[in-house]
Amino acid sequence: MKKIEINPITRLEGHGKIAIFLDDAGNVDDAFFQTVEFRGYEKFLQGMPMEEVPRTVSTICGVCRGVHFTASMKASDGVFGVTPTSTGRKLREMYFNAHYIEDHAVILYALGFPDFVVGPEASPAERNIIGLIGKVGAEIGREVLRKRGLAVKIFEMLGGKPNHPVAALPGGWSKRLTEEERVQVAGWADELVELGKLTLQVFDNVVLKNEAYMKLVTGDMYKVPVNYMGSVDEKGRVTYYDGTQKVIDLNGREVGTFTGKGYLDFISERVLPWSYLKFPYQKKMGPWSGITEGEGTNMYCVGPLARMNVGNGMDTPLAQAAYEQFHETFNSRPVHYIQAYHWARAIELLSAAEKLKILAADPEITSPDTVNQNYAITGEGVGIIEAPRGTLIHHYQTDDKGIVTNANLIVATTHNNGPINLAVKKAAKHFIKDGQVNEGLLNYVEMAFRPYDLCLACATHTVTGGVPLKIEIFESDGTLREELSNF
Amino acid sequence: MADKIKFAFLLAGGCAGCEMALVDLSENLLDALEHIEVVFWAPTVADVKYKDLEAMADKSIDLAFVDGMVRLSEHEHMVRVLRAKSKILVAFGACASLGGIPGMANIHTNDELFKQAYKDTFSTENPDGVYPQPQYFLDGKYDLTLPAFQDKVRTIQDLVEVDYYVGGCPPHHSFVAKAVEAIVTGNLPPKGSWLTSGKAVCDVCKRNPANEELERLPVETVKRTVDGMPEEKGCLLQHGFVCLGPITQGDCGASCLNVNMPCRGCGGPIPGIKDYGARAVSAIGSILGSEAATDSLLEKFPVLSKLVYRYSLPASRLKSNVR
Ligand code: SF4
Ligand code: SF4
Ligand code: SF4
Repeated sequence: MKKIEINPITRLEGHGKIAIFLDDAGNVDDAFFQTVEFRGYEKFLQGMPMEEVPRTVSTICGVCRGVHFTASMKASDGVFGVTPTSTGRKLREMYFNAHYIEDHAVILYALGFPDFVVGPEASPAERNIIGLIGKVGAEIGREVLRKRGLAVKIFEMLGGKPNHPVAALPGGWSKRLTEEERVQVAGWADELVELGKLTLQVFDNVVLKNEAYMKLVTGDMYKVPVNYMGSVDEKGRVTYYDGTQKVIDLNGREVGTFTGKGYLDFISERVLPWSYLKFPYQKKMGPWSGITEGEGTNMYCVGPLARMNVGNGMDTPLAQAAYEQFHETFNSRPVHYIQAYHWARAIELLSAAEKLKILAADPEITSPDTVNQNYAITGEGVGIIEAPRGTLIHHYQTDDKGIVTNANLIVATTHNNGPINLAVKKAAKHFIKDGQVNEGLLNYVEMAFRPYDLCLACATHTVTGGVPLKIEIFESDGTLREELSNF
Repeated sequence: MADKIKFAFLLAGGCAGCEMALVDLSENLLDALEHIEVVFWAPTVADVKYKDLEAMADKSIDLAFVDGMVRLSEHEHMVRVLRAKSKILVAFGACASLGGIPGMANIHTNDELFKQAYKDTFSTENPDGVYPQPQYFLDGKYDLTLPAFQDKVRTIQDLVEVDYYVGGCPPHHSFVAKAVEAIVTGNLPPKGSWLTSGKAVCDVCKRNPANEELERLPVETVKRTVDGMPEEKGCLLQHGFVCLGPITQGDCGASCLNVNMPCRGCGGPIPGIKDYGARAVSAIGSILGSEAATDSLLEKFPVLSKLVYRYSLPASRLKSNVR
C-alpha cells in the first residue's frame, strides 16, 4: 500500500497532518487527519485560583485570543455562585463581538477568500492575502486592515491587552466604560458594520456570481452530512455569548437542548491512538460507532455553518436578510456543503458588528455597576460559548476556596475532529484516481479542511496566507516516488 | 533604496499570539512590508520547509524572530537551523524568552498531563486506557505516526545563543514596531540584552504612590481579585492585591493596571534579575508587614509557583518540579 502524507504544517508542533493510503489500483483506500498538538492545560490549571484562570487559559490560542478567556470567565460565575450585573454582561458581550469581527475578518481575508478571489488553481505564491490585495486593490486591502484594527482597539480598551485579555472578574468585568470611550466605540461600530457589508459584497461578487465556484460550493466533494450543534437564544436565533445549546440531526430534526453541565448527557470524547485530539460524539444518538457520515452517524460539527443550520434566524436586520439569502440559495436544510462555512462566517461578521453598534448605543453600558461580588462559592462551574470556530465548553471544579481541582475543556476544533476527517477523506477520494496525483489536488484537499478553520492551525492565519502542504508518495517498498508541495 | 531587510518568523511551541501582534499592526503592516522582505514565516515548518531553510546560506537572514517555547524535537531542530541562517535572532515574547504559560506544565510529569487529558477529564470515555502513540498500525495496515513529546518545556536560550529578548504575552504591537525600528536603524544595545525601555511596570503605572509622593506602606493582608473590587485609583499592591509590577518590564504601558487588574509578569524581569520567581517572592515578602501577612499569601495562593513563575518557570534556576 502506498502512503501519502500531507503536512499542512502550522505551528511547529506540526499540529496537523494528513495521511492518505492508496490501494494497489492507486485509488484512495483511507485517509486520516491527525492532530499532533498537546500542551496539558487541563492539568496545570489545577492549583490556581479560579479567577486567575481566564487570563491564563487564554494563551491556548493567540488567534482565538478571547474565547478561552470568555468561556472560563463564564465558568467562574458558576464557581463563585454569581450572576453578572447587567452592565458587566453587556461589557463582556461588547468585547466578545469585537473579537468576533476581528477574528472572522482575519480568517476570511487571509484564508477563505484567497481561494476564490485569486482562484483555487492560481499559483500558490499568489493565493494568499497579498495576492488578494493585488486583485481587489491596495486601497481596499488597507481599508480592511484598518477597520479590523478598530475591532482590536475595542478589544484592548475593554480587555486591557490587544491579545489575551485580563479584565475578567466572576460576576462581571473589572473595567468601566467611560462616556468618552462609548462615543468612540459607537463611531468605530459604524465603520465595522460597513466592513461587514463590504465582506458580504466581496463574497457575493466573487463566489455567488461565479458558476465554476458555485459548483465547488454546492458540489458533492465538499458535502459532509453529519449532525450539528450551536447556541440559540430564547427565540431560537443564532447567538454567541450565551444561550441554549441545540443539537439537530442531519435531517434537521431536534435531538435535544442543554445548558451548563448538561453537556455531559450529550457529549462523550473517545481517545484514538493516532491523534492527540480526542473524538467527541453525540452519545444521545447512540454509542460510539466510529467516524462515519450519513444516516445514523453520531458525529456532529460546530461553527458558523452549524449555527446557520441550528438557528432559525439572526437577531439583527442586515444579518437576517443575509441569512435568508443563504438558505434560499441552498434551498435544503440543513446545509451540508462545507464551503458554505465561509459565507456563514461573513454573515456573522456583519451580525457581530450590528450587535456591537446596539451595545454601544445602550446607556447602561457606561454604568459603574460592572461586577456583582456577592460571592458564595459552589465549587463548580461550566462556561459554554459559541467561539468564532464553534461551541467551546470549559468545566471546572474547585475546593471551597475557589482553587481549581479539576478542569475539562472541549474546544471547537475537537468537536469537528470527526467531520474534518470525513471531509478530507471525501476530497481525497474525489481528486485522487488511478494513482494520479497532481499539483491541483493539494489545494483542493486543503479546501476540505480550511472551511473548519482549524484552530490548531492558528499559525496559518497570517498575512502569508494558505496552509503549506506537502504530499509525499511512497512506493509500497517505502521509497519516495514523488514529492509535491504548494510553496 | 537600500535592500529590504530579510526577515524570518518562526513559531515554536506557542499560541501564535506573538505573530498576531504583527498582524495587529493593521495598515501599518503594509508600510512595514516596504522595508522588510519576509523570507520565512512560521506556519511553513514542514520538513520540506526545513529543507528550504536549510538550503539558505548561513547568515543570509538579517533578522529572525522566534516565538513559542521548545517542546518537540522539531522545535529544537528548527530553532538550531534558524540560528545558523540568521544574523540576529530574537526570542520574541514570553514563551520564547522565559518559557511562558505553557511552561507551567513543567510542574507536572508528562504522565500526569496525559492522564488528566486522556483519562480523568469528565467527558472522556476511554474504556481501554488508550493514549496517543508515536507510531500506530491502525487495523494492522495503516502506519500512522505522531511526534513524540519531550520531557520538559525549554526556552530558546537553552538551545542556542539568543541575540535579543523581547517580553510580553504577547509583546504589544506598538512595541513590535519600536523593536523593528531599533534593529533597522542599528540602534541596538549589547547582544544578549532585552529590547526594552528599561522601565518597570510601576514606572509607567498611573497608580504608583510615588506619583503622589506617597511612601509605600507595609501590607497586612493579601487579597485575591475576588476579595473586593480592585479600585480604579491607588496602587493595587498597597491595597493588598499581589501585583508584580515592581519587578516586571513595563513596555506594555501597564496594560493590566489600566483595566484595574494586577500585573502577573508577562513583560519579563527588569534588568539585573536572574530568577524572576525567586525575586517575586522576595519582593512580595519585603512589603508584607507581618508573619500573618505571609501566611495569608500562602493561604490565598496555595500553589505559589503558579503565581510567581506564571510566565517563567522553564527559565528559572529550579527549572521544574517546584510545587
Ligand atoms: S508569549 Fe503569549 S502570545 Fe506569545 S506565543 Fe507565548 S502564549 Fe502566545
Ligand atoms: S505595584 Fe502594581 S499597581 Fe502598584 S504601582 Fe506598581 S504596577 Fe502599579
Ligand atoms: S501589566 Fe504585567 S502582566 Fe500586564 S501586560 Fe504588562 S507586564 Fe504583562
